[in-house]
Formats: sequence, C-alpha cells, structure tokens
Amino acid sequence: MKEKLVVVGNGMAGMRTLEELLKRAPDKYDITVFGSEPRLNYNRIMLSPLLAGEKAFEDIILNDWDWYEANNITLRAGDPIVGINPAKKTVISGRGRELEYDKLLLATGSEPIIIPVPGHTKEGVITFRDMGDVDHMISASKTRQNAVVIGGGLLGLEAAYGLSTLGMRVTVLHLADHLMERQLDSAAGNLLKNELGQRDIHVVTGADTAEILGEERVEAVKLKDGRSFDADLVVMAVGIRPNTWLAKSHGIETGRGIKVDDHMVTSDPDILSVGECVEHRGLCYGLVAPIWDMAKVLADKLAGIENPGYTGSVLSTKLKVTGIDLFSAGDFQGGKDVEDIVFRDAARGVYKRVCIRDNKVIGTVLYGDTADGPWYFQLLKDEADISDVRSTMIFGQGFEEGQAADPFKAVAALSDDAEICGCNGVSKGDIVSAIKGEGLTSLDEVKTCTKASASCGSCTGLVERLIGFTLGDEFVADDGPKPMCGCTHLPHDDVRRLIKAKELKTIPDLYQALEWTTPDGCSSCRPAVNYYLLSAWPGEYVDDARSRFINERVHANIQKDGTYSVVPRMWGGLTSAKELRAIADVVDKFDIPTVKVTGGQRIDLFGVKKDDLPAVWADLGAAGMVSGHAYGKSLRTVKTCVGSDWCRFGTQDSTGLGVKLEEETWGSWMPHKFKMAVSGCPRNCAEATIKDFGVVCVDSGYELHVGGNGGIHVRATDLLTKVATEEEAIEYAMAFVQLYREEARYLERTAPWIERVGLEYVQDRLMRSDEERLELRDRFLKSQEGAQVDPWAERAKGVDAHEFQALPSPKQLATVE
Amino acid sequence: MAQDTSPTLVCHLDDIPEKGARRVPTAAFEVALFRTSDGSVFALRNECPHKKGPLSEGIVHGHSVTCPLHNWVIDLKTGQAMGADEGCTHALKVTVGEDGKVYVALPALEGAAA
Ligand code: SRM
Ligand SMILES: Cc1cc2nc3c(=O)[nH]c(=O)nc-3n(C[C@H](O)[C@H](O)[C@H](O)COP(=O)(O)OP(=O)(O)OC[C@H]3O[C@@H](n4cnc5c(N)ncnc54)[C@H](O)[C@@H]3O)c2cc1C
Ligand code: SF4
Ligand code: FES
Repeated sequence: MKEKLVVVGNGMAGMRTLEELLKRAPDKYDITVFGSEPRLNYNRIMLSPLLAGEKAFEDIILNDWDWYEANNITLRAGDPIVGINPAKKTVISGRGRELEYDKLLLATGSEPIIIPVPGHTKEGVITFRDMGDVDHMISASKTRQNAVVIGGGLLGLEAAYGLSTLGMRVTVLHLADHLMERQLDSAAGNLLKNELGQRDIHVVTGADTAEILGEERVEAVKLKDGRSFDADLVVMAVGIRPNTWLAKSHGIETGRGIKVDDHMVTSDPDILSVGECVEHRGLCYGLVAPIWDMAKVLADKLAGIENPGYTGSVLSTKLKVTGIDLFSAGDFQGGKDVEDIVFRDAARGVYKRVCIRDNKVIGTVLYGDTADGPWYFQLLKDEADISDVRSTMIFGQGFEEGQAADPFKAVAALSDDAEICGCNGVSKGDIVSAIKGEGLTSLDEVKTCTKASASCGSCTGLVERLIGFTLGDEFVADDGPKPMCGCTHLPHDDVRRLIKAKELKTIPDLYQALEWTTPDGCSSCRPAVNYYLLSAWPGEYVDDARSRFINERVHANIQKDGTYSVVPRMWGGLTSAKELRAIADVVDKFDIPTVKVTGGQRIDLFGVKKDDLPAVWADLGAAGMVSGHAYGKSLRTVKTCVGSDWCRFGTQDSTGLGVKLEEETWGSWMPHKFKMAVSGCPRNCAEATIKDFGVVCVDSGYELHVGGNGGIHVRATDLLTKVATEEEAIEYAMAFVQLYREEARYLERTAPWIERVGLEYVQDRLMRSDEERLELRDRFLKSQEGAQVDPWAERAKGVDAHEFQALPSPKQLATVE
Repeated sequence: MAQDTSPTLVCHLDDIPEKGARRVPTAAFEVALFRTSDGSVFALRNECPHKKGPLSEGIVHGHSVTCPLHNWVIDLKTGQAMGADEGCTHALKVTVGEDGKVYVALPALEGAAA
C-alpha cells in the first residue's frame, strides 16, 4: 500500500512541492489536497496584472483539472481543513470528511493583516490576497468612484495601480515617510511617489489611519491628524501574517510562523510545512523565491533523498506596475566599511545604488533602469569579489563585459554621436574634435568653446573624463570652485542657481536632479541644501528637521554634558521686572544650575535637561518671552546702548531703533548667524562696528556699517552708506539681510562674504536704484510671513514631542520567543 | 559591567523618525536607537567615543551619525569612529519584526535582578 500524503492548502507552495515530488517519486504517495478556495491552483502573484486587466484568469492557472487527474491527486477545492488529530494521524475537513495520513503537509500561506481601527468591518473594506478580492474590486469599480488603499508597500501599490486602470480615483495612505520603506531607500521611494503622482495616483505619506467612516458602507477614511479622504472602497494592504492557527491549535510548535527545521519538518515528525506559513531559523518570508528553494528540499525529504537542507534565502523585489521599473535586493543592513556607489541620470529618471562591503555586493536599489538588477543580485548571492569591476560596475554589466576596469573606457566606449550634454545638445564627437582642433586642455575651455556642461553641469564628470581620455597625461584637472562636499561635484553657487533654474523643491528631487552620489547626503550638505531650498521657496518649502543640526532642531544650544542652554529674547537688550521674575522662577522650579549674562546683552540659563525644555519654555512664554535663537543660523541679538533717552552724548534713540530692527528681522533663517547693534554716538558703546549690520547714530542721521565680525578673525565693518531717517535705516537693514540670504554660501558670515564679493558689489546691489532695494526688502518681508512664529511656544504646545521624550524604559526584560 | 541580554521590545518602528533617533534609558546606560533612510534600525550606547556627546542628537546620513558636539562620524552598525578618528561605542543587536516591533539586546547590570 502507498503512503498517504495529505496537503492542506492548494496554493503556490503546496503545489510546487507536489510538482517537485512527482519528478522524484511519482508513485510513492497517495495524495489528497484540501483547499479553502473553491478553485484550481493559480499563480497568486499574477493577481496584480489580472486586476489591471492585463491578464485573464485562464492565463494564471498553474495546474488544471487534467493535471490533478493525470497524477492521481484528489483535489477537495472549497473544503478547508478545520482539525488535526496528531495522535490518530487524521485530519477533519469543514465538510466533515475525516481522512488518515502518514505524512501531513501544511501549506496554508498567510493572511492579510487588518488594522482594527473603528469601522474596519464596514462593507467595502477589503484586502488583497485572493481571487475573491480581485472579483470584489472589479465589480466595485463598475459602480464606485473613490478608492483608498491603506499601505504603500508592494501589494498596496499594485492594488492602487490596478484600481486606477479600472477607472477609479485612487489615494494611497502610507504610514511611513516614503513608499515601500522596507525595500526602497528614500531616494527611490520619492521617485516612485512622483511617478505615481503623474499617473493620478495620489500618495499621502506619514498618514496614520484613525477611523473608517460611513453608515453601513464605507464613506471616508480619517487620519489621526484630522485629514479625511472620500472612499467607497477601502483596500487594506498593510502586511501579512503567517496562517498558523490550524497548527497552533493542534499542538504544533509555532512562533510567528509554523516552526520548521532545515528539512521543513515541524515539531511533529510526520507533519511538514512549506511556504509563507513557516518560520525557518527565525525568519518568515512573503515572496515566492524562497518557496521554490523550500519545495525542492521538502520534495527530497518526502522522496527519501539525501539533502543538505534549506538554509534560508536572499530576496529581491520588483514592482509589477507597467512602466515603472524598480528593483531592490539585499538587506541593507550595512555597517563598518559599507560603501555606497550611487549613479543618477536625471534626464532619464534613473537612480542606481549598490552597497558594497569588503569588495562584495550586499544590496542594491535600482529605479528607472533595472536591466542590471539580476546581475547585481547574482553578484550578491555569489558573494563575488568585485574589486576588478568596482570602479565601473555601476554602469552595468553590458559595459563591464569585454571592458577593462578603467573609467576612461566608459567614455571611450561611447559612439561619436552619443549625446554628452543634454542641455546644449553637444555630442562626444563635437567635444573630442574641439579638444583636438582648438587645442583645449581644461574644463573651462571646453565649456566656453562647446557649451558642454555650461548649463546644468550634471555632465561635468563625463566631460572631464572625455578630456582626460582625449589628452592622456596632458590633462590638468580643473581647480575651479570646490564642490560643496564629497556627495557632489557641484559647488555651492551652482546648487543655488540650479534650484531656481530647475525649480527643485524638495531635497530628494534635488539629489536626483543634480545627481548626488550618496543616497541621502551627509551632515555637511543636508543642512546647506535645506537652507537653500528654504530661501528659494519661502512659504512653499517645508523645512526638514532631519537636515538640521541639533541646536536648530530642538531650539536650544547643546552643552558638553548633553544638557541645553536657554536664551530668551530681550528686545534690544531691554528687560523688565516681570521678565526677570519669570526667569528667576523658572531657575528655581527646574533647578537650573547656572544663570549668566551673555556677551549679547541677555540672560542665558545653562544646564537645562532636554526633557524639561518644553515646560521651561511654557513658563517663559507665559511671561511674554520668546526664543532668542541663540542657537540658530538666524538673527541673534541687536545690541544697543542707552542713546538719547538717558545718555548725555546720545544723538538718536539707539535703543528704540535696536528694538525695531530686532522686531523686523527675528525668525528669519540665514546662511549663518547674524548680529546687529545700534550705538547712539560714535563712542560706539554697543560695538556696532564689529557686527554684521551696525548702526552708528550721528546728529545728522545714521551711518550704516556692514560685514563686521568678532570671532577668530576680527574684522571691522565697512561703511555702506549714511541715511537720514530710521525708516531708511530699517529698509536698508532688510534689503541687506535679503541679499545676504539669497547669495551667500551656507555657513559664510557676512564678513567673508563681503571679502569675497567686494563691498562695491553690495553697494551697487543696494544703491544703484531704489527700486531694486525695495524689491529686496519686499522679498524679505514675504519670507518673513511664515517665519515669525515662536518655535518655543509651538513646542510647549506639543510640536515634535518625540524630540524631547525618551522612550519608556523597558522595566521588565521581556524575552521574545 | 554591562552585558547584552536577550532581545527586549522597546518600541514600534514608527516611533523613530526616519533619519532620526530616540533615546532609551536602561539601568546600565542610555541607548540611542536610530532609523536610517533605507529603513534599517541600529542601537548604540548613547555616548560618543570622543567626549561622550549624545549621538542620538546627531544628523543621521547613510548608515552613520555625525556627533552633535565635534562632528565625529560614527558607524551605526559597529559603533566605531570613521575616517581618521579612533574610538568605539557599544553597539547593540537590533531585530525588527515583520509587524514593525523593534527588539534590542539591552544591556543589564551584572548582578542586577533582570
Ligand atoms: C553665550 C555667549 C557667551 C557669553 O556667555 O557671553 C556665546 C556662547 C557661544 N558662542 Fe559666541 N557667544 C556669545 C557671544 C558672542 C560674541 C559677542 C557678541 O555677539 O557681541 C561673539 C563675537 C561677535 C561675532 O559673532 O562676530 C561670539 C563669537 C562666536 C563665534 C565666532 C564667530 C565667527 O564668525 O568667527 C562662535 C563659533 C561659531 O559660531 O561658529 C561662537 C559660538 C558660540 C557657541 C554657540 C559655541 C557652541 O557652538 O556651542 C556658544 C554657545 C553657548 C550657549 O550654549 O548658549 N561665538 N559669540 C554669547 C551669547 C550671545 C547671545 O546673547 O546670544
Ligand atoms: C496580489 C499579490 C501579488 C503578489 N506578487 C508577488 C510578486 O510579484 N513576487 C513574489 O515573489 N510574490 C508575490 N506575492 C506573494 C506570493 O503570492 C506568495 O508568496 C505565495 O503565494 C505564497 O505561497 P503559499 O503557498 O505559501 O501561500 P498561498 O499561495 O496563499 O497558498 C495557501 C493556500 O492555502 C489555503 N488555505 C489556508 N488555510 C487552509 C486550510 N485550513 N485548509 C485548506 N486550505 C487552506 C489558502 O486559501 C490558500 O489558497 C504576491 C501576493 C499577492 C497576494
Ligand atoms: S568663547 Fe569659546 S568657550 Fe567661550 S562661549 Fe564662546 S565658544 Fe564657548
Ligand atoms: S563628543 Fe562626539 S565628536 Fe566630540
């Protein structure tokens, strides 16, 4: 008599295992398959193209009735197994069949996770797992308009794409900051979001679902932040969970999945398991590739063939949305000495990243051009040594084959009519003949002569390589302005110019368009780029807290012991009994160790604990005090002297003017810190001549001074001009600040800036016409519209609370199974 | 002396901002928990090997963090200073479950009741 094999689950893993088994031992078992779904075994991954109308059900059937019959397999479709009796070695089905087994195979797959928000049981809330779900979506699309997909992972996006091709208006709500965050880095995630946007799939990131609204049927989805989206169909695609209940409730050991050893045997030696339902060496899988490996091992086991066992799988991912090419592989758990090679081709919308450690590929993300995905993946799985190809491997396998590892060969391999500079339509042939014909030797000469790389500059590297290749040793590398940092070849000024020229409005867009060589920049370029975007698009650009130094992120100065200092604004150096009293109270209440009068005419509270900051600010705010920005690349203080109010030499109200200047200019972000002072007479008690903008009052009006600096290299100011009224002094101050904001490089104080561009240039820009000066002032005022918000008050009310609170200390060390 | 213990549930992935960090106080020392732009999570003792700067407050880029005090760049996986600087802070093992739960092999004080 044949042994009896019962398979639970007529899905991909179960049937693949049978196919493998039949190849090895066609007659060993008497096989019965139970499946919950009332249909044949089909290719689940093709449900996506099916939904999008690119395939029909017949196309995705894996094994038809004839196959079952020809192999003597009894199929019980639509009859789930509901009980196991391991002692008797029988199973019980939903329709009451009881059947004996010698070997039992659990291939129950997984089930979609449903987030239990209020309203999740309403009609019209579904998941995306089986043919039934697809039927539901197709019929809904015929009568309904708005679909909301919760979850922007692989499944969610494929559902969104399908629904949108079915004519529905689709919104994807995604909790994380970028799409497919498990498979993609943020650069690729953002490209994907842009591309979906162009196809009218509206993606909302950082979206935390609070509730599903509606009577019987769903009508809208509401987020925790209060936003709400119309919906008459909701697809939850937030993840899957191995389907373990059957095993678990019958005494088979489970963790997150059904636990199996390297031969797919569960805690019961006669019960085996395969597919998404298993947990192997602590891992559960959600893709088919591991299933193919597991099925082979298990087939050997069932057939009685020696096999070293299954050791786990490395995964790669593709998104099945027509026209979107995306590939990711590897675990990205980089570490010491992990290097990133990044290639971006802005014109073609390509982003490629390969992570390397010890000369081995450990991960890759490709967007826009995935032709080399399999090649990188193979190198990854083979743990191949790539030192020979590393300098050029990012160009792909096609380039690699037959080419030595030499970056110049990359350009040598291009044909003469290959376009090098897309902006100006310059080909390789044009450049090479100009170099040879005109005797050009430098990048600058080639730029002037051919216009190549004279516009956006993104082909500079290629042009340089071309010059190097054409000239050989004669080539002298250009020593023009230095790149911003190691992540780009572009200098600061070019980046600023291109932000405007190419209308770049987010950091990821900028990194892609300007072909940054790192995935998310470094601690030097990120704050700079964040500032440039902020100054280029006031009111529109959303500041990125993750690109700010700690002081600006939490609005206080970090101290050597990790505590913070707090400096409230004292307008023009004035204070009052009320303010002083509030400061004294705060010092007592929060046990603040040091109180000091600063060199900037205000009071500094040192040693405040981070967690106390919001409460300290709340108390100071209650007495009318706001942030002094002592931490910011922004207006610091306006020092003043007593002036005509009290001083026997005072010529004008220097204190009053100081207060007005401070009120006009506080809150604005600048390339570096900015200090002002107003002295009431040329005795200059407020030290106005070492400030970024200093005013020295005289009988006939106001002398305006710029570009002063204390600090390491003391620089006295230059006299900009003299004006007659306070109004003009303020107007000049605003215009000057704006010119500095728009043109200086990040972390360049006004002193080095003026040394670089010359006082005459600044005078010319501010004084050649009243009109231009007023335009600068107006742009400043515009940028100030949203900027003059007290950051302390916001945080005292709870903004960015996570910055100030540590996570709760896990008191009990709960051990995970 | 601190030693690593078995994995402890500390938070959900969403509690850590992308390219950001959270602090976790423990009996032995404060732990900094980082999340990078590619979705990886790392844990380090929250003390820079240079002068104990709180690494949780630094800028996170790639798989490194720049210390907020004097700009040393620390490798998140190993806790080692990169480039010319030398030194190392304690790196702890992190596992993130499919459900987004973050487990860290937290340090325990030897002899302390766990
Ligand atoms: C508190 C204070 C010293 C004091 O107790 O008086 C101070 C403290 C610091 N100064 Fe200053 N400076 C202070 C007035 C000054 C002055 C005097 C002034 O403003 O009239 C100068 C010279 C004037 C100038 O800036 O041109 C000054 C020139 C500097 C410099 C050098 C700047 C330069 O361009 O070379 C730095 C370093 C930097 O910014 O990179 C600096 C940096 C610092 C930092 C931020 C160092 C740091 O990065 O941690 C200190 C932070 C202290 C804190 O946590 O609050 N501090 N610092 C003063 C705060 C003024 C205020 O109310 O906001
Ligand atoms: C829309 C979609 C797109 C996908 N795209 C991809 C892709 O592009 N690439 C990729 O690698 N993977 C993809 N996947 C994942 C892939 O389909 C799964 O990894 C694979 O199907 C898992 O196979 P399985 O046999 O373990 O589970 P399943 O294929 O789910 O099979 C399990 C079967 O067992 C049945 N069952 C459960 N309990 C019982 C019971 N008690 N009695 C009887 N029967 C039971 C279930 O009804 C089901 O039919 C996709 C999945 C979906 C839903
Ligand atoms: S002078 Fe030096 S030590 Fe003193 S506050 Fe300024 S930066 Fe710190
Ligand atoms: S303490 Fe970290 S760099 Fe100095």
